[in-house]
Amino acid sequence: MGDRVRRYFGRKLLTYSITFFVAATIDWLIPRFMPGDPVASLVSRTNGISPDAAKALSDYYYNLFGLNQPLPVQYLNFWGSLLHGNLGLSVYGHGAPVTDMIMGAVPYTLALLIPAILLSWWAGNSFGALAARRRWLDSTVLPMGYILTATPYMWLALVLSFLLAFSWRIFPLSGGYGFNLEPTLTWLFFTDLVAHWVLPFLSLFLVMFGGWAIGMRNMIIYELESDYSRYLEVLGAPQSLVRKYAFRNAMLPQITGLALQLGVIIGGQLVTEIVFSYPGLGHLVFAAIQSADYFLLQGIFLFIIVGVLVANFIVDIVYVIVDPRVRVSMTGGTA
Amino acid sequence: MQLGKSRVLALLAAASIVASACGSSSASPTPGATPVPGTPAPNATPAPATPTPAASATGLPATDSTVYPREQTLYTSGKQWGAPSTWNPLDPNMAMGVLGLQYETLFLYDPIKDVYTPWLASGGDWDSAKTTYTIHVRQGVTWSDGSAFTADDVAFSINLAQNKALGSNLFDYVTSAAASGNDVVVKFKANPAYQEWAQWLYNSPIVNAKIWTPFNNADILKNLNMNGVGTGPYTFKTAAQDRMVWVKNPKWWATAALNLNVAPTYIVDIVNSSNNVALGQLLSGGLDLDNNYLPGIAQIVNGGYNVTTYYAGAPYMLSGNTAWLVPNTKKKPLDDPAFRKALAEAINPQNVVVKDYGNIVAAADPTGLLPVWSKYIDAAEVKSLGATFSTAKAKADLAAAGYKVGSDGFVTNKDGSAIKLNLEVPDGWSDWMQAETLIAADAKLAGININPTHPDYNTVVADRNGTDKAAPVFDLVINNDVQIGNTPWTYYDYIFRQPEIAAGPARNRNYEQYDNATAWALVQKLDQTPVEDTATMKTICSQLQKIQLTDTPIIPLWYNGEWSQVSNNVWTNWPSDKGAQIQPATWNGYWQMGAIYMLTNLKAVPKS
Repeated sequence: MGDRVRRYFGRKLLTYSITFFVAATIDWLIPRFMPGDPVASLVSRTNGISPDAAKALSDYYYNLFGLNQPLPVQYLNFWGSLLHGNLGLSVYGHGAPVTDMIMGAVPYTLALLIPAILLSWWAGNSFGALAARRRWLDSTVLPMGYILTATPYMWLALVLSFLLAFSWRIFPLSGGYGFNLEPTLTWLFFTDLVAHWVLPFLSLFLVMFGGWAIGMRNMIIYELESDYSRYLEVLGAPQSLVRKYAFRNAMLPQITGLALQLGVIIGGQLVTEIVFSYPGLGHLVFAAIQSADYFLLQGIFLFIIVGVLVANFIVDIVYVIVDPRVRVSMTGGTA
Repeated sequence: MQLGKSRVLALLAAASIVASACGSSSASPTPGATPVPGTPAPNATPAPATPTPAASATGLPATDSTVYPREQTLYTSGKQWGAPSTWNPLDPNMAMGVLGLQYETLFLYDPIKDVYTPWLASGGDWDSAKTTYTIHVRQGVTWSDGSAFTADDVAFSINLAQNKALGSNLFDYVTSAAASGNDVVVKFKANPAYQEWAQWLYNSPIVNAKIWTPFNNADILKNLNMNGVGTGPYTFKTAAQDRMVWVKNPKWWATAALNLNVAPTYIVDIVNSSNNVALGQLLSGGLDLDNNYLPGIAQIVNGGYNVTTYYAGAPYMLSGNTAWLVPNTKKKPLDDPAFRKALAEAINPQNVVVKDYGNIVAAADPTGLLPVWSKYIDAAEVKSLGATFSTAKAKADLAAAGYKVGSDGFVTNKDGSAIKLNLEVPDGWSDWMQAETLIAADAKLAGININPTHPDYNTVVADRNGTDKAAPVFDLVINNDVQIGNTPWTYYDYIFRQPEIAAGPARNRNYEQYDNATAWALVQKLDQTPVEDTATMKTICSQLQKIQLTDTPIIPLWYNGEWSQVSNNVWTNWPSDKGAQIQPATWNGYWQMGAIYMLTNLKAVPKS
C-alpha cells in the first residue's frame, strides 16, 4: 500500500505545486492591471501639502515599495522575497510589512471560518439526514434551508446586523472587540470578543447550514430509494442499519462538495467581514483594493490560495479514509 | 461517521452553544440605558447578562488602563481612512491627533476670528525691515518624558525643513534659524513668503531636538515614532487596525500657563468604516464626534437623537472647503474661456445644495472664496463679471462664441465634431456621484453634453494627474483640495500655480493646467505680503478675482461642509454658532485651528 499511497500523494503534491505557481503568478499580475498608481493615490489623500512635499513623499514611497523598478525585476523580487517568507510592504499601511498585517488579521478570519465551516457542515448534514425521515421537519424547516442557502452572505449579514445589533441591541454592531477595551487575558475581554464574533459567525453559519442540509436530505432520500437499500430492507435488516449505510454513501458527495465550496465560502467570508467591520482578511482585502495596494492584495490572496490548497489536500486525505473504494484501489484491489 | 442516536442530542447541544453564546454576551437591551453597539460594556456598570463575569467587570477600578470608562472617553471618527500606521509628525499621513494632541505648534490660528494665538511660542515679532523674526519660546513647558522644552528644540524643528526628504520649501525664503537665549531668531531673504511663514507657524510640529537629531537624515520618514515624546495634552496609549487611542497627559503645560484642561481622559478615534456603521454608532451614543459626511443628517438632528451640528438649521455645518468643477483647459472645447464661462452659467449649484445635500451645504460664491475669506471678495467685480446660473444666458453665450447646436440638441465643436465631456468623481463618494448627475442634467438643458462617470479613486487620480508617460486625460473632475486656513494665498496658489508641476503624484495644484503669467505674478506678490497688511492682500485678491471671473479657469460649485455631527449623550458643550465658535473637526490641521479648545470646553453629562 505504501508505494501507491506515496504515488497518490506525490501526484497530488505536484498538482498543488503547479497550481500554486500559476496562481501566485496570476496573483502578482492582476493587481498590476488595476488602473491608477497607488503612490499617486496615497499622496493625493494628503491634500493641503505643498507640491515640493508631495514630490518628496512620492519619491519616498516609490523607493520604499520598489515601484521604481522595471516590471520583470519586480516579478523576480516578488519570488525572491516570497521564498524568504517576505510579502513586501503595504501601501495601505504606509509601509508596514504585509506579513505583519496579515498575521494580525488571520486569527479573526480563522476564528470565523473554521467553526462556521465545520459546525455548519456537521449540523447541516445531521439535520438534512434527520429531515429526510421526518415529514414534519421536511415540510417546515427545509423550506427555510432553501431560503437560507439562496441568501447572499452580505444580505443576511445586513439583516442580522440591523435586527440584532441596531434595533434590539443584543450584539455589538461592528468591530472585533469593544472600542473601550484593550486586548487582555480577562473574562471581560473574552466575553466581549465572543459578543463581536457571534453575528459574523451566524451570517456564515446560517447560509452554509441551509446548503448542507438540503444536499444531505436529497442524498439520503436518493440512497434510501436505491437498490441496495431496498435489498437490505427485503432481507429484513433493521431500519437503523439501512439508514447507516445510506448515510455513509450520502456523505461522500458532501465531502467533495466541501472541497468545492471552499472558494465560495471564503468569498462570503470577505463580504461578511466588511459588513461588520470585522478586522479579518476580508476587511483588509477591501482596504487593499481601495488603495490599489498591490502588495497587501497579493499577500492576502496568496495566503488564501495556500489556505484553499491545504484545505483541499486535507479533504483528499479524508477521502482516502472515508471512501473504501479509494483505499481499496490503493491496496491493489478493484472496487 | 457514527452519529447514531446521539444526533438529535448533538444538535441540541450545538443549539445550546449558540444560545449560550448569545446569552453570555447580550448587553441587556434595557430601554433608557445607553448600550453602545460596538462597545458592549461601555458604562462603569456594564450590563452583560452573564452574572458572574459582569460582577468581576464592575469590580474593575476606573483606573484599569485597559478598560476606558465611558464617561471619561471621547469617541471620534472621520480622519482615519486606514489603520493608523505612522506617528511621525513630519509625515502627512500621520495618525489622527499626532499633530495637535501629541505634538504642538508655535501658534494656533483661528479662521473664524482671523487671529493667531501664541502657543508653544509666547509671542513673536518682526524687526522693522521685516527680514528677521524673533520667536519668544514659552517657558515652563515640558516634554512628556519630563525634559524641559527649550529654544534649541524650536530652532532644530525649523532647521529640519532643510532635510530634503521632507520636501519643505521653507529655506527658499529663510536663510537661518538659531537659538539665542530663550528666543529663536529666524533670518529671511528679501521679500520672503510672509503668508507661507504664517502658515508654517501654526502648522509645523515642534519636536524634541535630542530625540530627533539621530533621525535627521534621508530616512527620517521611516521613523514611525510610535509612542513619541510630545508637549501636547495627550500621549500615545495604543493603536490597532481599527482605532487610535490617546490618553491624557497630566503634565500638560497649558493647564498651569493658560488654565486649560482637556476634559476627556481617553480619546478613541475609530477608523472610518461604512456610513451605516458610523451612523449606527452615532445614533446609539457609541460615537461622540463624527467628522464624516452622513447623508440625511438634517433629519437626524431634528429627530430626537440628541445629535447636534454647528448650526441648528441650514447649512448645519461650517464650510470646510470649496468643491470645484475642474476643466481640462488643454482640451477642446474646455480650452475656450467662453465655453467655460457658459458651462459655469449652465450649472445651478443650488440644485446640488437642495436635492443632493438636503441643505447641509451652501452654494459657493462666484469667486469660490470660502466664508472665512469673505472679506477678500470684491463685490463689485463679482457683480460685473461673476457667472450666475442662467440656462438662457449659457445658451446665448455659447451661440455668441460660435458653438452651434447639432441635430441631437447638443452644441458641437466649432469644427462640427460632437462634444461629450466625461465628468469623473470617485466611485462610492455618494454625495458627489449624485451631484455629478445633477450637474450633467443642468448642462444638458443648456445644450452641453456631460457624461457623469464614477471610476474608482485611483483612476480618477491617474486621469487627473497624468503620469510621467501620459498627460492628464480627464475632461472634468470635481475637486476640493483646499481647506480653510489663514490665507487665500493657498487658494490662489491652487488655481494659478506656475510653472506646471510635472504630471504624476506630485501634481496637487492647477489640475486644470491653466497658464497665466500675470495671475501667477500676483499670487507670488500676495505670498510676499505680510499677513497683517490686509489692505494690500485685498487689492491683490481683487485683481486675481478679475482674472478668475473673466477666464473661468475653474468653476466653484458649493462649499463642502466641515462635516461634524456630535452626540450629546455623554459629552456636551460642543462648538456651535450660539456657543463657543470653535472648529469642530479632528482632521489634520484642525486641532491647530482651534479645535483643541473643543476638548477643553467639553463637559461630561452627569450620569442620571
